[in-house]
Parts: sequence; structure tokens; C-alpha cells
Amino acid sequence: MAARTIKIAPITRIEGHATIAIHLDDAGNVADSKVHFQSIRGFEKFVEGKPAEELPRIVNRICGICPWHHHLASNKAVDRCFGVTPTPAGHKLRELVQTIAQAEDKLLHFFFLAAADFVIGPDADYAVRNVIGIAKANPELATKVVQMRYKAKMILEKFAGKAIHPVAGVVGGFAKPLTEADRQWMLADMREILDFALFTIEFAKKDVFPKYLDAIQSLGVIKTGFIGTVDDNGALNLYDGKIRLMKPDGAFADFDVQNYADYIGEQVVPWSYGKFPYAKSWNEGFSLDLENPKGIYRANTLARINVADKMATPRAQAELEEFRSLFGRPAQATLLYHYARLIEEVYACEHAIELLKDPSITDTDVRAKVEPRAGRGVGCVEAPRGTLIHDYSTDDNGLVTRANLIVGTTHNLGPINMSVNQAARALIKDGVADEGILNKVEMAVRAYDP
Amino acid sequence: MPAKIASDWLNACSGCEIAIVDLGERLLTVLGLVDFVHLPALMDHKYYGQTGQGTHIEIPEADVGIISGGLRNAEHLEVAEEMRKKCKAVIALGTCATHGGIPALANSYENSAIFSRYYSTETTAPNDGTVPGDGVPELLDRCYALDEKIAVDIYLPGCPPHSDQIFEALTAFLEGRSPDLAQKSVCDTCPTIREGKGKLKQMRRFLEAPHYGAPDEPLDRMRCLLEQGFLCMGPVTKAGCGGNRVTPRCISARVPCRGCYGPVKADGNQRLDMLNALASNGIDLGSLPETTSMLRFSGAHHLLGPARQ
Ligand code: SF4
Ligand code: SF4
Ligand code: SF4
Repeated sequence: MAARTIKIAPITRIEGHATIAIHLDDAGNVADSKVHFQSIRGFEKFVEGKPAEELPRIVNRICGICPWHHHLASNKAVDRCFGVTPTPAGHKLRELVQTIAQAEDKLLHFFFLAAADFVIGPDADYAVRNVIGIAKANPELATKVVQMRYKAKMILEKFAGKAIHPVAGVVGGFAKPLTEADRQWMLADMREILDFALFTIEFAKKDVFPKYLDAIQSLGVIKTGFIGTVDDNGALNLYDGKIRLMKPDGAFADFDVQNYADYIGEQVVPWSYGKFPYAKSWNEGFSLDLENPKGIYRANTLARINVADKMATPRAQAELEEFRSLFGRPAQATLLYHYARLIEEVYACEHAIELLKDPSITDTDVRAKVEPRAGRGVGCVEAPRGTLIHDYSTDDNGLVTRANLIVGTTHNLGPINMSVNQAARALIKDGVADEGILNKVEMAVRAYDP
Repeated sequence: MPAKIASDWLNACSGCEIAIVDLGERLLTVLGLVDFVHLPALMDHKYYGQTGQGTHIEIPEADVGIISGGLRNAEHLEVAEEMRKKCKAVIALGTCATHGGIPALANSYENSAIFSRYYSTETTAPNDGTVPGDGVPELLDRCYALDEKIAVDIYLPGCPPHSDQIFEALTAFLEGRSPDLAQKSVCDTCPTIREGKGKLKQMRRFLEAPHYGAPDEPLDRMRCLLEQGFLCMGPVTKAGCGGNRVTPRCISARVPCRGCYGPVKADGNQRLDMLNALASNGIDLGSLPETTSMLRFSGAHHLLGPARQ
């Protein structure tokens, strides 16, 4: 057998643009593998010279699945550059829309992108191994899923004008207040979505995960650290708080995101346009070695569930306790990202309801007045795909002079390379790499929802 | 026979595809009427065959090809050309595909400037200036709209296009008629009150809330944002973003339009047209902090380029 390279291109049912190259040796075993992240658009450069208050409406185009998170991290960074604190109602409305966007995103990922591998099966023909196949096989479930996700999405559109590439977050707060009538229908909608979130996690625990326990314990499993945001009580927070960086052994350090550059570095690698973040503060350098990785930590759902001491809402807390009793802390198995995603879904729904129950969210003072000025600001939220950092500087006229972005997905680029490498080595032997095997390698990527 | 659809995303953000998913239950209707043969966002058809043995990109034949995103690298170009070859009609979905979109803001810079910033930020570990080139597609010299490289049959701008318009375009295609899409400007669909600009001389940046009454006061009681002195690109932007509800989406959040549907006439220049409109109304153009942003959605077609040395 001659050495050869297997190309998986494009990686499908993920948000980004990436391919996998698996290099086989003469014996047909995996010599090496690489995940190539193919996109570079240059936001860090082309936002220079633009009025900072316009950035939240420009940088949201980094991602059409999580534009709210870019929009709001950017707003926070601009607030800081201009030295303004959003009004309390402005702050609450931002958190509300961000939380609802999280709830919507997780349904999208679980059912539209990931579920086909579990509900239809990893070895099924590609023509049916997708959400279209689910719609044909289980029309009732599909209809419910489509309705619920649509409902979450339409809350955002009806209230905030634009749901994809939002505009309603503005420097100093929010563009419009929430009326009492809005609050009531949104509460009713979110309660319905919470019911569906609870149904989903039960469904997954009963009908999905048990069938794949072997895969969960073996596919793409690596050992890394984790990053996420927690509040002052150590509870998971998606919108605000301190950053917690956990080592593989569970020890952690908390820091203020304004100091992120002391903790996080980014490695340039020749096979990817995207840079690979690593834990600079661990002072061990960067290595993707499967046995002995250096500086590697992960972000996104499993990471947040791992770094948090607890969940701030009751149903999500109960789910976390059950999860921890099964898998410990930190849980390392990559496919558990899906499980963790559904726990976060419950939390996001519960928390959105909490925010909506607070009548002061309808206060009409939603926006503080702002003067442009020279400054620097780091803004951060937990995007569905991980800790999202926007760091800007402005000149006297409030035009951007410098921008640095660490996008949620990128924290996982190194780990995705490792998980693919691990999965490929475990699954491909003697040159045998059929479609089902290659799809399982991709499942190791999909778990990260990149 | 259901119509065959191939769909791909190039220099895109996935928002256009999510706008398709946002058809809601209409998505299930559409799925019943068509067969997707290629759709990386949601299904696993691969470019080089399902086990990666091929040597060049292959996309199955289809009645219509839907492409989002402009062209930024060699692979985008190869995919676009293959789609053109295999699809009877090509739809450019979204402003990136029709006019370059936000990523074409990069056209103000040489690739080298973009690389040197991105690979030397304050968090980037020191490297010797090498740019990744192993297994990643080479960049084109700039970001192109689709029709700069392949023929396009149907243009569906918007960042993203409203789902109602996507539905109209798809059903029109399936019924063999041309889609009913607005040809006017965003202002033509905007309910705000226009009384003339009065004494207005300066444009204000959007650093404070516009004036309106109670929170639930309908938009047709609010004065036009441009007349309130906020730059609003509605006059030079194609209508349609409100979908069946019509009202422009940003205006309904009481935020000015930034032009995401691209120019009213496909070959218009949003910056030139807006500056002309402002100047002829006696607005001091010096009150604008900069004007590149007026082309933020339509910088392809050579409208934005690196500053000459
Ligand atoms: S047009 Fe807008 S939504 Fe569509 S791909 Fe481009 S940036 Fe994304
Ligand atoms: S300028 Fe803006 S606010 Fe005024 S009518 Fe046009 S779109 Fe509406
Ligand atoms: S108002 Fe303008 S910027 Fe906003 S969605 Fe409509 S066309 Fe796009």
C-alpha cells in the first residue's frame, strides 16, 4: 500500500470553513492529520479608521450564527473606549437578547447540525444523514423543533428589529425600551421554549446518549484545560463576569478580561489561516502532542460547564449535578459537548425568564449619552462557541486605531486538531477509511460546533 | 420531479443560510418540493467524493445553484465556476455575493497589510512573518462579487436577505415566474414622517437616541432619522429588508439604515449617491467622520481599493 492522503472537504454541518487532511503511511495507518481552517477576512485590519460606535454593526458579520455575541462584545468594548456605563435597563436588555440568542443557537446546533449523526446514525447514507432526513423520518419532532427555534428567533426579530446581524445594541445601552406588552408575550414564549428545552434534554438522555456511550467515551477524547465565564459566586454566566481558566487537573485562576493578554496567547501554524490560542499564563508553551499537550485548553459548552462551580438556575443546577455524578469535573470526553449544550439550553431559557420577570426591565432609560474620545476597551461575552473577546483602541475623534479579536471558535482550533488526530488514529487501520469512518472523524469536530 | 438545488457558501458568514433556516415551517414546505444535492451547511456531500479520492471539486448537476458570499480565495473561485457549470441558473444570495458585503471592506488594503496585522497582534506569539500556506487556499488579490467572475441569473441582496424574500424567490423559481422583489429604496418603504430637512447643516453620529414619543409610539409618528440629523443610508439602499411586514428592519429598532441591501440600482455607488444627496441638501460633508463606511456593503466591483502610495 502506498502512502496517501485522505481529504475530507469541506467539513460539513459546521458553521465555518475547514477541511481535514489525514496522511496514511505505507501500512495504511495514520501518520499524521491536520485540520485546515480556511477563512481569513481581515476584520482586525479593516475596522481601522471606522467610527467605533459603528463596529457593533460591522463585526457582527464575523458570524451569522452568533452575530448577537459579536454585536454585544463589541458594544461593551466601545462603551469602555468612550468611558460610558450603560443604563441599568440598557444593560438588562442586552443581557436578555444575548441569553435568548444563546437559547436559539443551541437548538439550532443540536437539531439542525449535530442530531443527524445520532438520530439517523453515523453510518447512514449522506443523502439522509441530515436535518432533511430527520424531517422525513420523524416529521412530528421536526415540526416541533422548527417551530421552537423559529419562536426564539422571532422574539429577537419582533423586539429588536433585526435578528441576524442585529443593530439594537448601541454604545451606552440599547436602542429601544421593552414595553410591558412585549414583556408579557416574550415571557409566554420563553416559557414554552423552556418546556421544549426540558423535553429535549430528557429525550437526549433517554433516547440518544445511551446508544452512543461507547463513542462518547472514545471518540475524539483528549485531555485539556478549559475556559469560561463565571459570576462572583462561581456560577456560570453567559453575559458578564470574570474569566476562569482551568488546568487539565481542575486547578483554576480567575481574571478580569481587561487583562486577557496576560493569560492568552495565539500561535500561528503553517496549516491554518486561523490562529490557535493557548494558555500563555501556564508558561509551558504550545504543543498539540496527544500524550503531552502544552498550553491547550477548550472553550464552548463543555468548558463552561466544567469551569463553573454551579448553575444559577434550579433546573439547570439539577442537570449539572446529574452530569457531574456521571462524568466528574472536569469532564474531558469530547462528545459530552452535546450534553453540556443541552444543560446550558435549560439555563438560558430559565435565565431569560428570570430577566423578563423583573418589571424594571421595562424602564425607558435605555441609553446613556456618549461623547467619542480616545480610549481602550476590552469587551467580552460567552458566545455559544466560547469566550469572545473584542479589544479596541480609539483616537480623540473616537475612530478605531487598533483592534484585536479572539473569537470563541478559535480557542478550540488546537483541540479540534487533537481530537481529529485521536479519532483518525483510533478508527482508520490498514488503509480502511469508508464513509462512515470518515463521518465519525468529523463528528469529533462537530461536537465543538465550530 | 422535484427541482434539484445545490447551495454553497464562499466568503460568507453563514447568516444567509440561517436566513433560509429562518423560513420556519415554510422550510419544511420547501424541503418537500426540492431535492438538495449539495449544501455544506446542513448535509454531507463532499467536493472530492465521499471518501476524498477525487482530484478536483465536483458538485452534482442541479436546476439552480444558490451561492452566498463573495470570492476571496482560489477555492471560492473553483467552487463558483463548478456551480456555474453544473447549475442551470445561479442565484447570488446576500450582499456579499451581489456586492462583496462587509468582507469587501478588506479591499481598502493589500493582502500583505491584512496578513501583517492579523499575524502580529498583541496576543500573537512572535513568528518570523511567515503566512500560513500549507493546505489553505491562496487568497485572490481582493474580494470579488460573484458576477465579477461568473454569470449570475438572479440577485437577492441583503445582509442577510429577509426570509420572506428568499421564500418568494424560491417559490417563484419553482413556479417558473420571476420573483416579485421591490425595486425601490428603503425610504420608499419607511413609515417615518418626512417634513423636509429644515435648517439642518450637520450630520450627527449615532451616539444618542433619536427623538420619539412613548416607547410604543408607532413609527409613523417618529420623524425621519435623516431629518433628525443622523446619517441614514435609506435613500441609496435597495428596499426589501422588511419582508412581508415591509417596514425597514433597522428603522423598526429606531436605528438608522446602513445600507445592507446594497445600492438601489445594482450598479449604483452608495457612497457617491449618498454624498450627492447630502451635498445637494446643503449638508456640510465635513461633519461626516469618514465615508468609506458608506461602501461597507458594496466595496467590490472596484469601488474600494488600497490608497495609492
Ligand atoms: S450577506 Fe451578510 S449574512 Fe450573507 S454571508 Fe454576507 S455577511 Fe453573512
Ligand atoms: S432616511 Fe432613513 S429614517 Fe428617513 S425615510 Fe429614509 S430610511 Fe426612513
Ligand atoms: S434598514 Fe438598511 S441596514 Fe437595516 S436591514 Fe434594512 S437595508 Fe439593511
